[in-house]
Amino acid sequence: MSASTDMTKPGGYKRTTVFLLGSILPLALLVFWQVLGGLGVISTLLFPTPVTIAKAFGKLAATGELWEHFRISVARAALGFILGGGFGLLCGILAGLFRRTERAFDPTIQMLRMVPSLAVAPLFVIWFGIGEESKVLLIAKGAFFPLYINAFLGIRNVDNKLFEVARVLGFSRLKQLIRLVIPAALPNILLGVRLSVGISWLGLVVAELMASTSGIGYLMSDARQFSKTPVVFVGIIIFAVVGKLADSLVRLMERRWLKWRDNYQG
Amino acid sequence: MSTLLDIRQLSKTFHSGKGSVSALQNINLAVKEGEFITVIGPSGCGKSTLLKIVAGLDVEYDGSVKLNDRDVTGPGIEKGFIFQEPRLFPWLTVEKNIAADLSLHKPEIRKKVDELIELVRLKGFEKSYPRELSGGMAQRVAIARALLRNPKVLLLDEPFGALDAFTRAHMQEVLLDIWQQNKTTMIFVTHDIDEAVFLANRIVILKPRPGTVQKIVPVELLFPRKKSSAAFQELRFKVIGEFEKIEELELVDNGAGI
Repeated sequence: MSASTDMTKPGGYKRTTVFLLGSILPLALLVFWQVLGGLGVISTLLFPTPVTIAKAFGKLAATGELWEHFRISVARAALGFILGGGFGLLCGILAGLFRRTERAFDPTIQMLRMVPSLAVAPLFVIWFGIGEESKVLLIAKGAFFPLYINAFLGIRNVDNKLFEVARVLGFSRLKQLIRLVIPAALPNILLGVRLSVGISWLGLVVAELMASTSGIGYLMSDARQFSKTPVVFVGIIIFAVVGKLADSLVRLMERRWLKWRDNYQG
Repeated sequence: MSTLLDIRQLSKTFHSGKGSVSALQNINLAVKEGEFITVIGPSGCGKSTLLKIVAGLDVEYDGSVKLNDRDVTGPGIEKGFIFQEPRLFPWLTVEKNIAADLSLHKPEIRKKVDELIELVRLKGFEKSYPRELSGGMAQRVAIARALLRNPKVLLLDEPFGALDAFTRAHMQEVLLDIWQQNKTTMIFVTHDIDEAVFLANRIVILKPRPGTVQKIVPVELLFPRKKSSAAFQELRFKVIGEFEKIEELELVDNGAGI
């Protein structure tokens, strides 16, 4: 596992090298973009240059407006993730542990999974109002399924031979759950967390596009109406960067908690 | 010494869609406390099935199996079980694998785990993960894990079958060491005649289809045993002789060899 605490990776690369390797493509793109915009090859109205976008970002940040929208968006995504993801994890564990629960609930859950968020968004507004509830619940709906499916799969993939060991060692039901099932299913559960975090963050756009007056999604749709393209780009960049950071956080957890794994590392 | 394990008229039949197969028939065996029993027989003789029944992992059988005069109704820590593979928890270090559901924060557990690590010669590997261990080391962790629970009897199902000859010989020494220090009763299933003679107080020879006891051979050689000694070889030939009898019977029964 690349969780080694020293600075060298198995392949002999330093962390900074790895970081630089990942930055080459976006940096080259930015330079290319700025040059093309400066030369007038592409319309700066449709594609404001990176410098213009940076200025717009600076202006929004200076007034504190950006921070306010950002804070609200993150709170919505986090709450939606905790609610939907937590419930998904619980349901996935229950369905994974008990065949009867699976038979009773899984078909319904799979049907609900296939209903697009955009299709139910108007209904959520009618049911829960245009306040925070409908937005958070819409995000929660998206975050539920990846954790549900992966927790379920993780539990069903636990080696039966280890269950036999647990029986021979006289594990109680509770110990079987916390010392065998959960750790063995953890790789799948963390994958579910990763997917759920992503979906929660993406779900913000749908949630904040419907009758919203705050959040990064609102900031973008508002800017679009007034053709403030640089602000739209600021929103896009925030989505990309924060999404990547959240994803990295989960991967950090994976590295820490799954260092016992013995898999091909590329 | 008193009888620890009492098996009487034990029979086991597997039922499947195609019909029933008798795996064990009328097995009688009394194991004394502190005894080292090896069970040997060709594949399909039901030796693993016998062990699983004693362990309580298989409770659908006819006859009676009593440990300390109590019927075996399910698995439990008084019957330690070593599988052919170590079956360690890959996410736990060596010491945590040994502790398993018990807490290393308890001083008495901590102390016993440290003693067992010493006993199975794994000092220095306490914090290693299973993927970092060799097959022999991993199996020693499994043995320590079973011993921590102070089992009345340790049941071993071909535990060294997957190891190379040198590691296997070493593991046999380690196991005898443990047996002599802890006086734990051992029932050891194997298909290796040398191993059966080297370890046992008594060798139980099973014959297949259905699994029945062909003969019980007492081994009165003193420890430490030398595999090259004449007395050892004599016993070995005796066991091989029993297997030849089984094969002859098979020829008569089936009209063809295996």
